[in-house]
Amino acid sequence: MSGGRLRRLRRRLVSGAMTGVVALCALVAVAALLGILGDLAAKGASSLDWNFFVKTPAPAGQPGGGVAHAIAGTLIVVGLAAALGVPAGVASGLYLAEYGGGRLGWLVRFVADVLNGTPSIVVGIFVWTWLVRPMGHFSALAGGAALAVLMIPMIARTTEEMVRLVPHSLREAALALGMTRRCASLRVVARTALPGIVTGCLVAVARIAGETAPLLFTALGNLNFTTDVTQPMETLSLQIFQYATGPFEEWHRLAWAAALTLLGLVLVLSLAARWALRSPHARPR
Amino acid sequence: MPVPADARPAAPPAPSASPAAGVPGRPCIETVRLTALYGRHAAVRDVSLAVPARAVTALIGPSGCGKTTFLRCLNRMHELAEGGWVTGRVLLDGEDIYGPAVDPVALRRRVGMVFQRPTPFPAMSVYDNVAAGLRRDGRGGRAARAARDAAVERALRQAALWDEVKDRLDKSALDLSGGQQQRLCIARALAPEPDVLLLDEPTASLDPTATQRIEELLVELKARYTIVIVTHNLQQAARVSDVTAFFYLGELVEADRTERLFTAPAKAQTEAYLTGRFG
Repeated sequence: MSGGRLRRLRRRLVSGAMTGVVALCALVAVAALLGILGDLAAKGASSLDWNFFVKTPAPAGQPGGGVAHAIAGTLIVVGLAAALGVPAGVASGLYLAEYGGGRLGWLVRFVADVLNGTPSIVVGIFVWTWLVRPMGHFSALAGGAALAVLMIPMIARTTEEMVRLVPHSLREAALALGMTRRCASLRVVARTALPGIVTGCLVAVARIAGETAPLLFTALGNLNFTTDVTQPMETLSLQIFQYATGPFEEWHRLAWAAALTLLGLVLVLSLAARWALRSPHARPR
Repeated sequence: MPVPADARPAAPPAPSASPAAGVPGRPCIETVRLTALYGRHAAVRDVSLAVPARAVTALIGPSGCGKTTFLRCLNRMHELAEGGWVTGRVLLDGEDIYGPAVDPVALRRRVGMVFQRPTPFPAMSVYDNVAAGLRRDGRGGRAARAARDAAVERALRQAALWDEVKDRLDKSALDLSGGQQQRLCIARALAPEPDVLLLDEPTASLDPTATQRIEELLVELKARYTIVIVTHNLQQAARVSDVTAFFYLGELVEADRTERLFTAPAKAQTEAYLTGRFG
C-alpha cells in the first residue's frame, strides 16, 4: 500500500524533473533565436526609414544613404539562384526518389551529400574559376550560379525524402487507374508531396539568401544601383559584411538595419511563397 | 496451425479442374495455367479459372494463399511488384492480356481495381479524384468539360455516393468518412468505364454499416460489370457472389456456383475450410 504510494510519488517527481529539463533545453534553443531577433530589432530598427529603402549609399563617412541597391540585388541574385536551383534540385530529387535505386542514383546521392557539406566559400572559388574568369569580370549571374550550386543538393535531398514519404499505395492506386508511370509520379505522388517540397525550397532559399562568402568571389558588390545581371551587384549580405567590418559608426548602424531588412525579406518571401502555393484542399494542420 | 493431412495434395490439382462447369454465363476472363512468381517463388500455381461476365466472383482462402496475387495478375499489377512475373495466359474476352501487343496501361483502363484500404489522392478534391483516371483530351474545350462532369456524376451515382458529395465536389477527399472514401475509390475505378472491376478485400477496413453499403453496391454493379472480389469474410462471399473460387497454398482447389460450393463442396479441403477447421 505505502510502496504503491511511494512509487507514485517517485514517478511524479521524475516526471516533473524531466519536464523541467526538456523545457529548459527548449528555452536555450529559442533563446538564441530570440536574442538575435531582439538585438537586430533594438540596434537596427531605429535606422529604418524611407530613405534607407529607396536611396543608395552616401559617400563614405557621411550620414544618410540607404541600401536600395542591395535589396534589389539580393532579390535579383536570389531570384537567379532559385530559377536555376529549384528546377534542377526538384528534378534531381524526383529522379532519386523514383529511379534512384541503381548505381547512378547512389552516385548522385553521394555527390549531393558531399556538396551539402562543402564550405560555401569553396563553391564561390569554384564558380570564380569557371564563370568569373572566363567572363573576365564579376557578375550577378556568377553570384546566382554559386548560390544555385549550394541550393541544388539541399533541395534534391529534401525533395527525395518528401516523395519517399508518400505511401506506396497511392502510387499503386494511380497505376491501377491506367496512368502511365510518369503521370502517376507527377500528378499523384509529386503533387501529394508538394507542400513538403515547397518547404524544402523555402528553407534552401532562406539559407542562401544570407550567404556571403560565395558572393565575395562572384557578385563582388557594387556601390551603385544596377539591374544588369552581367555586372557586379550588391546584396544585403555583402553590404552587411562590408559595413560591419568598416571603420565608421554610421556604417555599423546601417549594417544592423540591413541585417534586420534581410531577415524581414526572407520572412516575406517565405510567407508569400506559402500563400501562393497553398493547396485549396489542404486542411489546416 | 494444424492442417488436415488431406489438405496438402501431393500433386497439384489437375489444371483442367473444369471450373467452368456449373458456372453461369459466358466467361469474361479466363486464366489458363496461370502461374505468378516473385523471383523464383511461385505465389500462384497453375490456376485455370473462368470468371463469368456480369456476375460477382469471390476468391476465398486463408491468408497467403495467393488470392490477392491472382487478382493482381488480372490487370497486370503483379508485374509491378519486385521480381513479379507470370507464366500461362489470361484471356480477357478471348484476348491474351499478356500478349506482346497489349499495353498494360491501356489494359488497366478496362480492368479497374479497388484496394483493401481506401486510397483517395490526398492532394485532390472529390471531383478530381473521380476524374483522375479519365483521359485528358481536349482539356480546354467546353464540350470536354461537360463530358467530364457527366462522367464524374455518372461514376459517383453508380457508386451510390453522389447524393452525399454533390455539394462538396471541390472539397478534399480526405474529409469523407472511411466508407465514403472507399466508395469514392470505387467511383474513381468506374469513371473510365471499365469492363471488369477487381476488389481486394474492399471492406476489410470498414465498419459493418459501410460494409453493408458496399455489398449492396456490388450486387447493383454486377448488372453492368464483371466483378472479382477477394475476401476473407466467408459470409460476404456467400452474400454477394455468384461464383466462388477457393484458393489454398497458391493453388485453385475448387470453383463453383456459390450456393453449390458452400452447401456441397466437391473437395474435402474446401469443406474443411468452410467449416472452420483451418485457415
